[in-house]
Amino acid sequence: MSRGKQLVKDKSIVVPGEVVAEGKDFILGPGVRREGNQIVASRVGLIHFEGKLIKLIALSGRYIPRRDDVIIGRIKEILINGWLVDTESAYPAMLNVRDAVTEYVAKGSDLTRFFDFNDYIVCKIINVTPQMLVDVTTKGPGLKKLIGGRIIKVNPNKVPRIIGKKGSMLNMIKQATGCNIIVGQNGVIWIKSTDPKMELIAVNTIKTIEEESHVPGLTEKIHAYLEKETGKKIKLQKE
Amino acid sequence: MSLESEAKKHVIELLEKGVRLDGRKLLEYRKPLKVNYGVSVNAEGSASVQIGETLVFAGVKLAIEQPYPDTPDEGLLMVGAELLPLANPRFEMGPPGIEAIELARIVDRGIRESGFIDLKKLCIEPGEKAWAVLIDICPINDAGNLFDASALAAFAALKNAVFPAVVDGKVDYGTKTNKKLPLVDVNPMSVTVFKIGDHFILDPTTEEQELYDARLTVGSMSDGRLCALQKGGDVPLSADDVQKMVKIGIQYGKELRKLVIK
Amino acid sequence: MKKSFKRPDGRAYDEIRPIKAEVGVVSRADGSARFQIGKTVAYAAVYGPRSLYPKFLQNPKHGLLRCYYNMLPFSSKGERIRPGPSRRAMEISLVTEKALTPAIDLTKYPNAVVDVFIELPQTDAGTRCAGITAAAMALADAGIVMYDLVSAVAVGYVNGNLIADLIYDEEAYPGEVADIPVAYMPRRDKFSLLQMDGKVSSEQLQKALELAKKVCLQICDIQRKALKRRYEKYKLMENMEG
Repeated sequence: MSRGKQLVKDKSIVVPGEVVAEGKDFILGPGVRREGNQIVASRVGLIHFEGKLIKLIALSGRYIPRRDDVIIGRIKEILINGWLVDTESAYPAMLNVRDAVTEYVAKGSDLTRFFDFNDYIVCKIINVTPQMLVDVTTKGPGLKKLIGGRIIKVNPNKVPRIIGKKGSMLNMIKQATGCNIIVGQNGVIWIKSTDPKMELIAVNTIKTIEEESHVPGLTEKIHAYLEKETGKKIKLQKE
Repeated sequence: MSLESEAKKHVIELLEKGVRLDGRKLLEYRKPLKVNYGVSVNAEGSASVQIGETLVFAGVKLAIEQPYPDTPDEGLLMVGAELLPLANPRFEMGPPGIEAIELARIVDRGIRESGFIDLKKLCIEPGEKAWAVLIDICPINDAGNLFDASALAAFAALKNAVFPAVVDGKVDYGTKTNKKLPLVDVNPMSVTVFKIGDHFILDPTTEEQELYDARLTVGSMSDGRLCALQKGGDVPLSADDVQKMVKIGIQYGKELRKLVIK
Repeated sequence: MKKSFKRPDGRAYDEIRPIKAEVGVVSRADGSARFQIGKTVAYAAVYGPRSLYPKFLQNPKHGLLRCYYNMLPFSSKGERIRPGPSRRAMEISLVTEKALTPAIDLTKYPNAVVDVFIELPQTDAGTRCAGITAAAMALADAGIVMYDLVSAVAVGYVNGNLIADLIYDEEAYPGEVADIPVAYMPRRDKFSLLQMDGKVSSEQLQKALELAKKVCLQICDIQRKALKRRYEKYKLMENMEG
C-alpha cells in the first residue's frame, strides 16, 4: 500500500476536479471522491485534513433537506390532508395534519385555521426518501407558526457560523439587540422586535457574518460592532 | 384572517416609523447608483445602470428602414425589453410576457412623447429611407426597480450613441462616425413612485415590489413638465395621491438626470 | 497549400486573447460568472437545483441540466439580432448542455433541475466556448457536485495554418478556413464538445485537438483562480475559528 500524500494545504480553497491527495490510505469525508489512486474535490469548498480523514466544507449551494434538521418553511399549498411546505430547496415538504394538530380534524375541513397560505412555520424534517420526498412535523418544542416579524434568507452553508459554537454567536446578537431570532438550517431566518433600529442591527449583523466573515477575529469584530451600534455593554462569551 | 400578509403588515409597521426593511428612508435610492458606458462595442450606443444590486444593460442599434406611411418624413423608434431568466429566478424562457411589454412601453413613452429624439432629422429620403433607432433593455440582475434602471439605461445609451458609416446607401457597422443622434434638450427622466399602505417609497427592493398597493411612473423633462405617466397596481389613487407622487417623481427625476448630464 | 497568414490582431498562432474571469456577478442566481476573452463577453447564471415542472419531466433517479444560450440584440458586429430563440441559438444551447452534463453529478438531484442561462452582451467569435467556460464556473459557484470543470476554446485552420481562439475576422477570412470549437474536461482528459465547419485532414484534426488541449489547460487555470478568488476570503475565518 502506497503512503498517502497530501497535495494541497490544509484549509485551502479547492475547486471541482482538483486533486487534493494521492494514496489509498485516506478516509474520505463529504465533498471528495476517489479516482484510482487520487482523491479529487467534487465541489468548491474548504479542504480539511484531519489525520487520515479528508473532508470538504462546502461554501455555496442551495439547501438539501436532511432528516432531523429544524427549518423555517413557507406554506405553499393547502391540501386535503395537510400542507405542502416550501423548504427553500428543490424539494417541497409534506406536512400531514396528524403531524401538525393534536385535536381531531374532520376530513375535508378548512385547514387554513391552523396554517394558511404563505404562513411561515418552524418545522422539523422527520423523513427524507432517496427520491427526496420530505416529511416535516410541527409537533415538538419550538416548532410553531411564526407571527409578526420578518424573514431574511442567507446562504445555508453559513448557518453554523451565524449560530456559532453552542449558539454563542446567535446568543450574543439576541442579547445585544433584544430581538427574538430563529435560524432555520435551510438559511431562512426569522427576526422579531418592537424596535426597528434593533431589528435592523440584527439583520445587518447576520449579513455581516454571512458575507464579510473573512475578517480575522470574527467574534470580536461582531462584538465590537454590536456594542457600537446598540450603545450597550455586551458580555463577550468565551467559546 | 387578514388579507394582508405578515410580511406586508411588518413593512407597513416599519414605514410608519419612517424606515424600510433595509434601513433606508422612504425616498432614498440604494447605493451604488451609477451609470457606466460601453456594454457592447458592437452597439451604436450602450450603457449599464446599477442601483444597489440591480444591474440593467441597454443598447442602441441603428438601421436604415422605410418610414411608416403615416410619418413618411420621420425616422423610427423601437424599444424592446426582455426579462432574461438569467436575472431573476421568477423570469421564464419564451416570448416577452406582459411584464416585459409594459416595461418596454413605459420606457418608450418617456422617450417618444418628450420628443427627445428629433425623428425628422433621422429622415434620409422621405417615404423611402430613414434611420431606425432600436433600443433594447436587458436586465442582468433584477433586485428590484427595473423601471427606473431601464429608463435611465436607455436614456444614457441614447446619449452615448453615434451613427455608423454609410457606404453606397448601406450601413457599414464596422465603421463608426463621430456624429451623435439628433437629441433635443428635454432629457426625459422616469421615476416610479410606489405606494404601500399610506406611504410613498422610491426604488423598491424585490420584497417591497411584491407587496405594494399602487405605483405611478412619472416621466418628466428638464423644464419640470410631465411627458408620460403610467399607473400600476391593484389599488386606485386619489387626486391628492397623484399630486404627491408626481411631485416626488419630478424632484427625483432631477437627481437621476445629473447622473448622465454632468 | 500552406499560404502565409498574419493574424489581424498580431497574435502568435497558438496565442489566445486576453482573458478576464469573475465569479459571483449575478446576486439573484445560485451561482454566476462573467468570462471575457478579447471582445467576447459571456455572463452565465445558474438556478438550482430547483423544482422541475412540468412534472412528467421529473426523473426519480437523477436531475436534469438545462442550458440556454442567447446573444443580446446589440451584441454582434452587424444588424440588431431579433430576440427569441433562433435555430442557431437552439443548437448551441443543445451542444452546451451536452458539453456540461458529463461534468456534473446529476444523481445528487433526483426529480430536480439545474438551469444554466448564458447571455452575451458583446461578441467577437468564440461565443459558445466563452458561454461554456462561464457556465462551468457558475455551476461550481452554485455548489453543484461536479466531476470536473469544463474549459472551451475554438481552434482552426486559416490557409493551412493551425491557430487558437479565432476572432470574427479570421472566421470570415477570404481563404480556406476551418473552425473547430472544442470543450475539454481537463481532469478526465476528454472532449465534451466537438464541432467543425470547414475542411481538414484527419492528421490536421489530430493536431488541432492537441492545441485545443494545451489552450484549454491555460483557460482552466484562469477558471480555477477566479473561483478561488471568490472564496479565498472565507479561508481566514476558518483558520481563525477552526
